[in-house]
Amino acid sequence: MGAILTGIFEPGFFTSEPVRVAVIVGGAVSLVSAVVGVFTVIRGQSFAGHSLGDLGTTGGSGAFLVGANPLWGFVTFAILGAGAMELFGARRPRGRDMATGIVLGAGLGIAALFLYLGTTHSNTTGATITILFGSMFVIRSLMIPVFALLSVLALAVVALLYRPLLLSAVSQDIASARGVPVRLIGALYLLAMAVAVSLSCVTIGAILSTAVLIGPAAAALRLTKRPGLAIAWAAVIGLAVTWLWILLAYDSYYWPPAGRGWPVSFFVVALILVVYLLADLANGQKARRAGPRAIASDKGPGVVAGRAWPSLPPEPGAE
Amino acid sequence: MFSGFMVNAWIVATMVAVVAGIIGFFTVLRGSAFVAHAVPQAGFAGAAGASLIGVSTLAGLGTFAAISALSIGFLGKRGRHDAVTALALVFMLGLGALFLSWSEEYASAIYALLFGEVLGVSSNQVLATAALGVVCIAAVVILYRPLLLTSVVPELAEARGVRTHRMELCFLVVVALVTTMSVPVVGALLMFSLMVGAPGAARSFTDKPLGALSLSVGISVAIVWTAIAASYETDWPVGFFVGVLGAVFFIAGRGWVAWRRSAAGRVDSTGHLAIGPIQPATATGMNGEPT
Repeated sequence: MGAILTGIFEPGFFTSEPVRVAVIVGGAVSLVSAVVGVFTVIRGQSFAGHSLGDLGTTGGSGAFLVGANPLWGFVTFAILGAGAMELFGARRPRGRDMATGIVLGAGLGIAALFLYLGTTHSNTTGATITILFGSMFVIRSLMIPVFALLSVLALAVVALLYRPLLLSAVSQDIASARGVPVRLIGALYLLAMAVAVSLSCVTIGAILSTAVLIGPAAAALRLTKRPGLAIAWAAVIGLAVTWLWILLAYDSYYWPPAGRGWPVSFFVVALILVVYLLADLANGQKARRAGPRAIASDKGPGVVAGRAWPSLPPEPGAE
Repeated sequence: MFSGFMVNAWIVATMVAVVAGIIGFFTVLRGSAFVAHAVPQAGFAGAAGASLIGVSTLAGLGTFAAISALSIGFLGKRGRHDAVTALALVFMLGLGALFLSWSEEYASAIYALLFGEVLGVSSNQVLATAALGVVCIAAVVILYRPLLLTSVVPELAEARGVRTHRMELCFLVVVALVTTMSVPVVGALLMFSLMVGAPGAARSFTDKPLGALSLSVGISVAIVWTAIAASYETDWPVGFFVGVLGAVFFIAGRGWVAWRRSAAGRVDSTGHLAIGPIQPATATGMNGEPT
């Protein structure tokens, strides 16, 4: 038993200070991302979620260039990007999609410039990789209060706006008819998402950031139709995946060829995809078993109507 | 600026700009900007894998672009399109990171695929780009009407017997083709900026499909030419100018729309006919704006 445990947790896993910080900070950011991500998936804003990560990365490379703390670069650019998306984006999904694309395109262009300036004016090519793929083990415990504060901020926005967020995700028309300030809610949510995504980007990298934002939430929404339960599921999946990632990343220093960590993020991303596909499969089977009865009963006026998640708001030109 | 190696750069960039303007028009119309972002990056992973096992980068790129486009199409049938796209994207990027870590000596060549190397294009690449570009344009010409119909009013297309899902798959395959054609030359990120920026701007200026399509091509070519010239002068990366110019054109388009609308409003209040060319066209909803 003990041998197996040491096989799983390589020596020093529990006593190492960086690991402890990584477990706390990584757990917090993935928890926040998973919770925020449930609304991202319901509202169909995965593209925005991913773009905010890329924009944050741009800010990170900018901060690196001027020698500032990368965290502020990530947060500032993500928030600026969210603001620009909100400014350009029409309320309709396609307008939003285009606005996100424009902002992302400009952000990527600026990233190209920053990386160019970074590699010509200073001699640190490794920075590109660190910024793209993140590095959890470089977080200092000094930064924990800042992380905690920003995490709580993002969660608080989502918790306060819980009902109007859901309502405006399902039908903007009903929401505005009931007096919900749809535009304001959307902007605040985008802000919360920007904070959550930039936190996860700086710790676990741009790739995994999108993965923990969308993956656990999308899987959870396949498992259950209830928003509250979906948030709980997403949080559990997100935490499990991130902690597994930290464990693998630490252990991989002991794997052959020794002394160099493996790029374990791929395995984590693959794991998230498998979890999603399994949930999708389970959902398909459940729908088939339930048959027409479920579809008929789903037509009620509940928040969660239909077999899958509420369909997109009406396409332009449909009315 | 127009001598030697620059000639190939101008030719190839113009071809890419034309195709990006055309395909990008449909991308924006269909709300598929995320797919246009994800598929080129998947192609990047494919190129990394191809260089690892020593086969042609173009083959790896094309294969991965096609696989990701089709899996988005098939998985997106049941679930939410954008969540599936995000998952496919991160999976492919993770795979790319894995490949890169295995083949460190190729890393810089592969990173060029992200940001492009338009100034180092060989004559063979010009030919390959031209051939793939012709295929893409031919596909769009053949599919023009059903593609437009499914993009603008899917319900009507369905009622007329157009298979919307099949059309979506066709469109995704075309996006994969465009990716294969353009990424080795201009890079994954620049291609995306072109495919969204130019058509996004073009749609603000006109509501007629063909007009917007040609304007989109025009703006796209203008962006690329300006970007190459500016990059040649300043040594800054082409991608920077393309991304920023795309946003500038888009903002200009938005400004134009706002100005037209306020002008129309003024005419309205004085009692003159305000039903200019915008009104009936807006009613078709092509712009996605509330009428």
